[in-house]
Amino acid sequence: MIAMIALYGLLLIPLGGVFGLAWLGDRPMAARINNLLNTATFVVSLILAAAVLRMGTFLSADRWWMVDSFSVYLIVLTALVGLTTGIFSAPYMEHEREIGRLTHRRLRLYYAMYQAFMLAMYLILVTNNMGILWVAMEGATLATVLLVSLYRTPESVEAAWKYFILCGVGIAQALFGTILLYFAASQVLGIGGKALTWTTLYTHAAELDPTVMKIAFVFLLVGYGTKVGLVPMHSWLPDAHSEGPTPMSAILSGLLLNDALYAIVRSKMIVDQALSDNLAGFLMMGFGLISFLVAALFLHRQRDIKRLFSYSSIEHMGMMTFAFGIGTPLATFAALMHMTTHSLTKSSIFVTVGHASHIAGTQFIPKIRGLLATQPAVGWGLLIGTLAIAGFPPFGVFVSEFLVLVATMKSFPWLTLPVLAGIGIAFAGLFKHLHPMVYGARPENQQPVRANMLPVFIHLTLVLWLGLAIPDVLANWFDHAAQLISGDIPR
Amino acid sequence: MEEALNPIYDQTVFLLAALVLFTSFVMLAQTRLVNLVKLFALQGGLLAATTALVGFVHATPHLFISAGLTLVLKAALIPFMLHWFIVRLGLHRQEDRVIRPLGLLLGAASLMVFSYYIILPAIHLSELSTRNIIATSTASFLLGMLLMISHRQAISHVIGFMAMENALFFLAVVSTYGMPLVVELGIAFDVMVGAVIFGVFFFQIRESIDSLDVDRLNRLSHLYEGEEEK
Repeated sequence: MIAMIALYGLLLIPLGGVFGLAWLGDRPMAARINNLLNTATFVVSLILAAAVLRMGTFLSADRWWMVDSFSVYLIVLTALVGLTTGIFSAPYMEHEREIGRLTHRRLRLYYAMYQAFMLAMYLILVTNNMGILWVAMEGATLATVLLVSLYRTPESVEAAWKYFILCGVGIAQALFGTILLYFAASQVLGIGGKALTWTTLYTHAAELDPTVMKIAFVFLLVGYGTKVGLVPMHSWLPDAHSEGPTPMSAILSGLLLNDALYAIVRSKMIVDQALSDNLAGFLMMGFGLISFLVAALFLHRQRDIKRLFSYSSIEHMGMMTFAFGIGTPLATFAALMHMTTHSLTKSSIFVTVGHASHIAGTQFIPKIRGLLATQPAVGWGLLIGTLAIAGFPPFGVFVSEFLVLVATMKSFPWLTLPVLAGIGIAFAGLFKHLHPMVYGARPENQQPVRANMLPVFIHLTLVLWLGLAIPDVLANWFDHAAQLISGDIPR
Repeated sequence: MEEALNPIYDQTVFLLAALVLFTSFVMLAQTRLVNLVKLFALQGGLLAATTALVGFVHATPHLFISAGLTLVLKAALIPFMLHWFIVRLGLHRQEDRVIRPLGLLLGAASLMVFSYYIILPAIHLSELSTRNIIATSTASFLLGMLLMISHRQAISHVIGFMAMENALFFLAVVSTYGMPLVVELGIAFDVMVGAVIFGVFFFQIRESIDSLDVDRLNRLSHLYEGEEEK
């Protein structure tokens, strides 16, 4: 009962937010209302998590909604990143308006679309229906397309158009895969809504036709993979990140990519049971490893700070896809943990990058210098954040990358070398750029800006905590989710 | 799936599938934007007719709702909007550039063969009709993608995108009597919102590059490939 109420709260609060903020417009209190809504959803998500933790998988009586241990921690993560990014965006967007890059009307659009995006994210995670998941994913695309083009510069319009077309085609392929899957399922279960619900599909997955499932999975992987940013469908991602407003980069990297991967993993859980071979896993490993290596190499060539970190997102998403592809409980555990640590770290990095580019007045890396001298909080934030994302101990990313490596060694020893090389290359690429930005002399006329570093420190502390000691609750939780995904727990 | 309910129904569905595929082919070689929109509307009409037919023969009333939605959205409203944009942006006399039309059609033909090839292993799945429908829908779907790759105008891209969605619906309607209604309503809503956003973008692109030729949307690659500073 509590879970049901929490679940409706999770969906209705942002829904109200969309209309409320669109109606209210950009007033000084719009930012505060946005924060308030995000806080409320965060609290609700915690209640939901507690309920699921206590009572196990929650399935609503009408079978419309389902929250299991895999999705519930993503819900909490989504709510947390949504909240802290909202806190950061209030002074940031105000600054953008003051320097004349945005008008009041655009800010109204921004706040309304922020809530719409959050709504789509929650809907993806709580729905029990593959079709609804697709609809929500497309809704998230539509909301973010408007955010990418928020500045209305020729570059941002171009980036948004590219994003729209590429993800549109990608998501159409995912729909094709969904329809094929529905077709295969309806041969067994008959026509009707229940042939698309995850819970029914899991119980009958073994009876589905393997050939059709194979084709369906290829389309699902390519389709949702476009949203994850897997190479070679990644080219929208750096453009959208570099041209859109920074808070949006934080929520894109921290949330949207995760949720798209979530859709792929859910599909894999079904396809794996229908196929006798490990085709789905191998495909994911291949795509993941290529994305990982290509993005690591591209890190060296970047000249725009937001593009730099968006390539780093591709790299990490590649690693998670690879780990989910390996599919052993250990690898899945590592992937889940990496999802968490990457989201937290990457969103905090984008927050710092936003402040850094305000300080320097540009996103061009060679022009960003001496951050530590100008504004130590931002400089340290960027330094520590980059250390964390590069996989330095004792941060959580190190632990999860290490676990991925161990899992690789156990299952596919010959792949250890490329993975290790990729980590090394990425590490070198990030540090080559980071060093002069943080250290170095302070350029003349460079002034500190009004910055809210609280979200950054909350996130980085959490990541540090995860690196030093994973709390028991969380470890059990990951464990349970990992077993669920690897198919060890019979449903 | 109950087989061969009645031969006339089967043959009608085949005919409609062939016509949808045919419109996809013709769209591919079309360079006049206005004609492209008309063909797209025709495809939407075919889709609506198929949906209504399947709904009638298999007595699935919710298909009538989606037939109506398809008719209103894809055969009328969206083509009408696109036509309005074309006239408004002064593109109705302009020709879209197509790279190597002959090679394009050959490529399209091989995509068709390819679609049959990938569906081939599913031969045991069910009787002939389903297999054919999956293959032709896959082909139309891929042709829509080819249309997006080969044409240069932003409006053609949108039409290619929507044609891909048409192919998907055709598959869903014929092979599984449509998606569940909620899902279909959701998708229709997304398509609607998407169409509106597309419209907004036409004007924004026009404003920023003074044309709708996507080849000229290349500032970003210049910006980051070249050495010049932002």
